[in-house]
Amino acid sequence: MVKPYVFEKPLGMRDILPELLRKQRFLESVLRSCINKWGYEEIATPSLEYFDTVGAASVTVTDHMFKLLDKQGHTVILRPELTAPIARVVSSLYKDVPYPIRLFYQANVFRAQEKEAGRNAEFFQTGVELIGDASVDADAEAIALAISCLHEAGVPTFKIAVGHIDIVMGLLEECVREEEVRSQFCRFLHQSDYVGYRQLVMEYTDDADVIDKLLAILRLRGGRGKIDEARQLITNPKSQNAIDTVASLWGALEAYGVTEHVLLDFNLIGRFDYYTGIVFEGYAADLGSPLLSGGRYDNLLERFGRPAAATGFALEMDRLMTIPTSYHEVRTEQIVILYKAEYREEALQLAQQKRKEQQVVVTGPWTDETEKAFASLDNSKLIRLGET
Amino acid sequence: MSSTDSLQKLTIAMPKGRIFEESLVFLKQAGVVVEDDLKDSRKLIIPVPDFQLEFILAKPADVPTYVEYGVADVGVVGKDVLLEEERDVYELLDLQIGRCRMMVAGLEEYQPSANPRVATKYPGIASKYFRLKGQQVEVIKLNGSVELAPLIGLAERIVDIVSTGQTLKENGLVELEHICDITTRLIANRSSYRMKSEAVESIAQKFLQVIPAVEIL
Repeated sequence: MVKPYVFEKPLGMRDILPELLRKQRFLESVLRSCINKWGYEEIATPSLEYFDTVGAASVTVTDHMFKLLDKQGHTVILRPELTAPIARVVSSLYKDVPYPIRLFYQANVFRAQEKEAGRNAEFFQTGVELIGDASVDADAEAIALAISCLHEAGVPTFKIAVGHIDIVMGLLEECVREEEVRSQFCRFLHQSDYVGYRQLVMEYTDDADVIDKLLAILRLRGGRGKIDEARQLITNPKSQNAIDTVASLWGALEAYGVTEHVLLDFNLIGRFDYYTGIVFEGYAADLGSPLLSGGRYDNLLERFGRPAAATGFALEMDRLMTIPTSYHEVRTEQIVILYKAEYREEALQLAQQKRKEQQVVVTGPWTDETEKAFASLDNSKLIRLGET
Repeated sequence: MSSTDSLQKLTIAMPKGRIFEESLVFLKQAGVVVEDDLKDSRKLIIPVPDFQLEFILAKPADVPTYVEYGVADVGVVGKDVLLEEERDVYELLDLQIGRCRMMVAGLEEYQPSANPRVATKYPGIASKYFRLKGQQVEVIKLNGSVELAPLIGLAERIVDIVSTGQTLKENGLVELEHICDITTRLIANRSSYRMKSEAVESIAQKFLQVIPAVEIL
């Protein structure tokens, strides 16, 4: 390997300089106070977890995990997300706390290094988990809270696409008998390859009715009206149940008054077969990747020994940061006290006094260099103590 | 520009050359008129304000990159590039142009060797294909004139796209295995597909009206 230059960092790692961090912290505090108002409590979990427990339960594919060996030779991972660690906590330390449990986090997560811009190996998420509530009201709460977060963060134009896994799954079970072929259909949908999906439909059957149904799923995107359209088209009980859930969810979202931001998308099934019910993704104008994603994951908690229904979402802070939001940077004024040696005590006491008055104060010896350095700052008020 | 305006405007990444021209013919048939002198133009960004469109002209292999990062909302690109690049984009339509096939080719007298080598412009596709077939091969990436490789002993076989087979024939090569068929696809950015669903749907419908072979949507 080539010896790194002193300015280089490991692939995918970044420094966050004060100008940017100020904005990130501001957005984090906005989100924190928003989420707090919904009764969620903040939790922190360790950066390292065991691969065999949290790693195995995680939605992140193994290839994308950052793996290391600890001193005992266990494979450990840098946490790829917080949902699995939180499930671990809820099933162990919190096992006597009754459901429902509402938790949120603001944390850095890690993915294996990829050699491309915008694919950071470490990035920041703000997320919520609502554990132990299987009702559609919980799904609606997660979505409404996500919308609330985006509002408060000042994202000007955004949409939340909402789907339900079982609409597609029920349809495939109804139309395709062979499990092997079903998983092929799923794979095309997971990869968003609609051309491949259509080709497979045409190869699979000549039955015009079945073709019609299988292709319809690609078109079922839009507003409230798509619920009835789906009901007409897809008649198996599993899908019908899911459609009823979506209809009920829509009612709850109407009650929250947020449906203008919601787009139904019945072929949205998440990236992996991890979600078990309602799924959603948030998009902002002029941002190429989803801003947030989430959904119901009723099978995760039982892997840690305390079965429970759960839902939640994670918001990508790095992506939120790139959106021109209504955030206006307010730089606090600072007082700079420069002093000659004989005025030191007076200067430092003055500084302490002003700090008690909540002012930002910087102090230092008064020389030609310090004079020049501070005079060039536009947010500084200079106080000089001593004779030139 | 208000945000609703920006939700109507669509940026389309196109590969330079033949595919771009064929796509323009399609769009013209569908009523989208783009100036005629584009062929000789060296411009890389071509606005079509009347239809709230903008074309970005790119290297074919870069089209899915532009679309994945969201600097283009939709793109027109060959399935060969999509298979090689494995980008996170939506594949919406088969435009049925640029038809060819991904093949393994070699000299007629080709015999499997102990340490087989394969030359290709598509190292990703080639590696994946041979792995799935349970064969371990060494893949050599070339940037053009792949047909040379078996002739001069760089590799016994090549993986490349073949349309008429003329180049292979003239160089004494034969098609050994068929990997898959390739056509040009319409792809979309994940976010644009939802944020600009009407505009994306409308351009897809325009293509759909004029795609030669029948495809049911």
